[in-house]
Parts: sequence; C-alpha cells; structure tokens
Amino acid sequence: MADVSLRKVIKRYDDVEAVRGIDLEISDHEFIVLVGPSGCGKSTTLRMIAGLEDISDGDILIGGDVVNDVPPKDRDIAMVFQNYALYPHMTVAENMSFGLRLKHYPKAEIKERVTEAARLLDITDLIDRKPKQLSGGQRQRVAMGRAIVRNPKVFLFDEPLSNLDAKLRVQMRIEIKKVHQKVRTTTVYVTHDQVEAMTLADRVVVMNKGRIEQIGTPNELYHKPATRFVAGFIGSPAMNFLPCRLEDVGGTLQIRLTDRIAFALPPARAARYNALPRTEKLLLGIRPEHLTESHAHLEPGVETFETVLDVTEPMGMETLVYFGLDGTPICGRVNPNAGAKDGSPMRLAMDLNNMHLLNEATGVVL
Amino acid sequence: MSTLAIDKAGPSRKVKYGSMSRDRTWALRWSYFFLVLFAIFFLTPPVYMLITSLKSSAEISAATNPWWVFHPTLSNYVELLTSNQFLRFFWNSSVVAIAVVIITMLISIPAAFALARMKFWGSATLATGVFLTYLIPDSLLFIPLFKMLAVFQDYTGITLLNRWYVLLFIYPTLTVPFCTWIMIGYFASIPKELDEAALIDGASWLQTLTRIFIPVALPGLIAATIFAFTVSWAQFLYPLVFTTSVDQFVLPVGITTTLIKGDVFNWGQIMTGALLGAAPPLVIYAFLMDYYIAGLTAGATKG
Repeated sequence: MADVSLRKVIKRYDDVEAVRGIDLEISDHEFIVLVGPSGCGKSTTLRMIAGLEDISDGDILIGGDVVNDVPPKDRDIAMVFQNYALYPHMTVAENMSFGLRLKHYPKAEIKERVTEAARLLDITDLIDRKPKQLSGGQRQRVAMGRAIVRNPKVFLFDEPLSNLDAKLRVQMRIEIKKVHQKVRTTTVYVTHDQVEAMTLADRVVVMNKGRIEQIGTPNELYHKPATRFVAGFIGSPAMNFLPCRLEDVGGTLQIRLTDRIAFALPPARAARYNALPRTEKLLLGIRPEHLTESHAHLEPGVETFETVLDVTEPMGMETLVYFGLDGTPICGRVNPNAGAKDGSPMRLAMDLNNMHLLNEATGVVL
Repeated sequence: MSTLAIDKAGPSRKVKYGSMSRDRTWALRWSYFFLVLFAIFFLTPPVYMLITSLKSSAEISAATNPWWVFHPTLSNYVELLTSNQFLRFFWNSSVVAIAVVIITMLISIPAAFALARMKFWGSATLATGVFLTYLIPDSLLFIPLFKMLAVFQDYTGITLLNRWYVLLFIYPTLTVPFCTWIMIGYFASIPKELDEAALIDGASWLQTLTRIFIPVALPGLIAATIFAFTVSWAQFLYPLVFTTSVDQFVLPVGITTTLIKGDVFNWGQIMTGALLGAAPPLVIYAFLMDYYIAGLTAGATKG
C-alpha cells in the first residue's frame, strides 16, 4: 500500500505533447479515476505510472520514492488491461500465480494466495480452465485475480470494463468496488465512461487535451464544475449551455436568454454575479433535471416559460424533452405524467438556484 | 405499406437462400474436380518411383508396361539398406538437418522477438532487410560463399570445405531469414498487452520470450521448424559444391553421384534411394501437421 504522486509530469511523442505537465497527489487506500475523452492523455498517464511509458519530464513517486527510471517489475504495481491480457496457454491458476512463480515464492504460499483471491472473486470453480473457456466477465475477474495475488502497492486499471456488454459492466463495476472495499489497495482507474468514474471513485480526475481540468469527489464535480468541459462531460444527459447576458432592470439583476425570455436572478445568485461586466458574453449552464414541468407551487428562484417541444423520449421513470431556444438545442427532464408530447406546447420551470454561469470565451465557471 | 414490403421480402429471401446452397453444391463439385486433378498430377511421380523401386534392373530395361510390376522384388531396398555408403549419406543428412533446425531456431527466435517487440532504432528496416536476404538465390550465393570459406581456410588453416559440417554454416543462410520472417509475423500477432502484463508480473525479456511468446506462438514455431528441416534435407546445390568426398555426402548428392556411374543409371536404386530419402520429411509432416493445425484452431478461438 502506498501513496502516488505525479509532479509536473510531461509526455512528449516527437513534437506532440500527449501529457502536458500534470500534478496529482493520490493518497494511500484511495480510489482515483482518470476520466476524459479519447486522446486526453489518461491512458498515457496510467502507463507512465506503470512504467510502460518513459516520462519526458517531471517526477513520479510511489510510496515516497521517485520511480522515473525504475522498471515496471520493480515498482510493485499490478495492472488490469482492457483486453484482459491473460496468458492463453496457462490455466486460471497459472495465470494468477505467474508473477509469484517468477519471484520464487514458496509453493504453499502461492497456492494459499491464489485460493484466497479466487474465493474473493468467486472463480474457485474455474481455477483449472484455460482463458478461452471463460466468458468475458470471468476473464476480467481472472485478470483482477492476477493483480490481487501479488498484493501490490498500487492497482492500475486501464478501461477494464470497456469490452463487456452493458449489463455485465454494471455488475463488474460493483464487483470492483467490493474488492476495493476489502483489499483497500491504492487504485488508479482509467475510463472514458463518466458513469463508471462517478460510481467508483473516491476522487475523479477529469482530463482534457493532456491537462487536468478538475480534481474532486464525484459530487463536487457534478455540483461545482470548474470549467465548461467538466460541466458538459459529467452528467447524462449533458448540461445545457445557453448564450445569455446580464442586465439591470429596476434595481434587480436579470439574466436575458432570448428577446422574450429573461429571468430575475435569485438573491444569492444576484449577489454572486453582480460584479460581472454587463457586456460580457456569458453562458447559462443548467442541467436537464433543473428544467422540469411547471406546477402551481413553485419555490422562489424557479422561473417558468412557454416552449414547443421538438421530441420527447419516455424513459419510464421520467420523460426527456428536447426543444430549442433561439436555435440552441436544450434537454429537460419532466414527470412522465406531465403530458409531454412531440410537437406540443408546454410550460417548463427552470430552477435558477442550481444554475451555473460561464464565461463563453474562457469556458470558466464564474 | 410497410407490412406489404415485409411480406414480399419473406419468400424472396427464401429463394435466394436456396440458390446459395445450389451455388455451394457447384462450388464443391468444381473443388473436387480440381483437387482430384491436382492429386493425380502430384502423386504420379512418387507412384512411378514406388513401382520402379520394386523392379529388378532387368525388368526396368525390358520393354514391358512401365506402370506394372510383373516380378516384384525388394532387392533394391535390401541392397541400399545394407550398404554402408547409403547409410552414411542418410546419417550425414540427418545430422545436418537436425543441427541446422536447432541452429536456425536458436538464431531466428531471439532475432524475431527482438525485431517484433524490442523497438529499437532501425528495427523496421532490419526486419525488411532480413526478408530481402532470403530473395537472393542460392545459385548466386554459393560462389562468394565458397570463396569466403577458401580465404578463411588460407588464413586460419581450419578446413571447412569438403567436410559435412560446413553445411551447418551454409544452410542457415537459407533458413534463418525465412524462419525469422515467419516468426516476426507470429510474434507481431501476439497482443502487446501480453508482454506488458508479463513485464509488470516481473518477467525479464528472456522470460517473456521463453514463458509467454514461445508457447503462444508454437504453431508458428512448428511451421518454421518444418520449413527449416525440409530445406536442409532437400538442399542439393550447396552440398554438391561444398563436399567432394563420398564419405562427406548427404543423401541427395550421394544418390545422384554414386548411383549414376558414367552413363549407367541404376534406376531401381535411384528410385529406392529417393523414396527412402523422402520418408523422413513425410513422417515429420504427418506427425507435426496434426499438432500444427490443433495449435492454429486453438489460437483462432482465443477471442
């Protein structure tokens, strides 16, 4: 068990900087998820921690020791790959014990560790099978077993669930969480799936274009995104962004969305945004769940407007409604009994207590 | 509208399915026709060899039907298999072929692993270079090779020419490039994550090669082994050039030089010798082919 530190880590391929100087402190026992779109540098970062890629600049520390030039086998890490990377000619037990056998552990201890890991992962019956006789989910369990038996300082997961079907992915997600609760090993987990990131992580690291956009707990990222990228990446359906500007009307601060729609800001928000220049081009960020059907008893700060729905998507527990405001496509979430229909007019309520205001040019949440 | 379209699509698809199976029948008939043609074409010489090997010299030279044995005899087999000379050729061939296979594998496997996996400066060019050397025909290569060995002998006093073991240096020029090339292909098809997993598990490069790559690429290894053995066993030009004493001969050269005396062709023994000489590769193919195909199909379902 150990903490992991990345200090100003850079990865260059010829002229391209894949990772542009990232700083990250991962504490002992922590479950960290690196998330971002493909090409954001998350896998490269993980591979640098593993020692599979050299770092171009900066320092990586595992358990307080700089490991920049330490080969993977001496870093005391274990990695689970997207395509499992099981040795096809070995049985499950042989796959799991390979690392221990290379290090000449006593036979009895190897057997004990493999049995224990197999029990933990519920693969005791499969121990004598070859990988080709296993299903995708079983193979991924074996890959995790191979990592667990070594009892490493750090677990590294490189998109381990991407090859599984949706149902199995949910199941394995819970398995991974259970395993981490039991073994408590420091874990770095890479995924492009923000749901996986939110559900698994103690802290999520959102990466974009080789940089860290934001580090925080799942709730922090969801409720207090720092940038437009994070706000749009975390949450499904994604947050809506509407061009807007601030204006003063009769002593109250208003937010104007279109020529005919403008809302007075709730007092707390008005105080927060009052210092902003009125000419600045802004974006209103509002999540679909804060755009619901209007009803009789609205709380303060909830404003209503009339619109015509383009498309509705009944999901069962809710209905997603899509419409446009001045050409900007917008998604809302309404009660399935609210009577939303394709092409029909509807009165919607926007909860401005949960709004975000962004600088359009810089993408920074204000 | 839409239901109508679906109704129409139903039976028409059925008709198409039937025609596809008719296509298949015809494809099979043509396949069988050409396969039989092929088999006749390629099996005629060995059958003729077998027939001739069972005849006495008198019957071979008599004007009888060459495709039938009237007085079958095993005298050719008995004579060859009791002849020390022939057994010597057989022994030389076996030692050379087996040693060349071992030498080739010892060079090709690490070379292919290095070229396929350990990315170093110039590795891609080198891999192409390895293949290009295979394209130089042996009929061109033997002259400079002979010269090299002669110069080597002049300077060091070590005699390699006219010794059977000179072939252990010569044959790998044919087998190593091709086997390396085959193995590069097989090693390249092994997912990168497999050696990364081994690396993280604590394996050295050598352990990755011996404990992961060689077992996983076994079908390729067997293909390369078969190739190296066949090439060494059947090679004619190099032993003809580099060995001149009868006791240093390998089988192909031995048969043609000792069983043809001037313009007298001892056809019965030539055919018997050729047939006996063809047996070891046949046995190896028969034995290893099963294993080779088993390995191939196991790899295919790995997923």
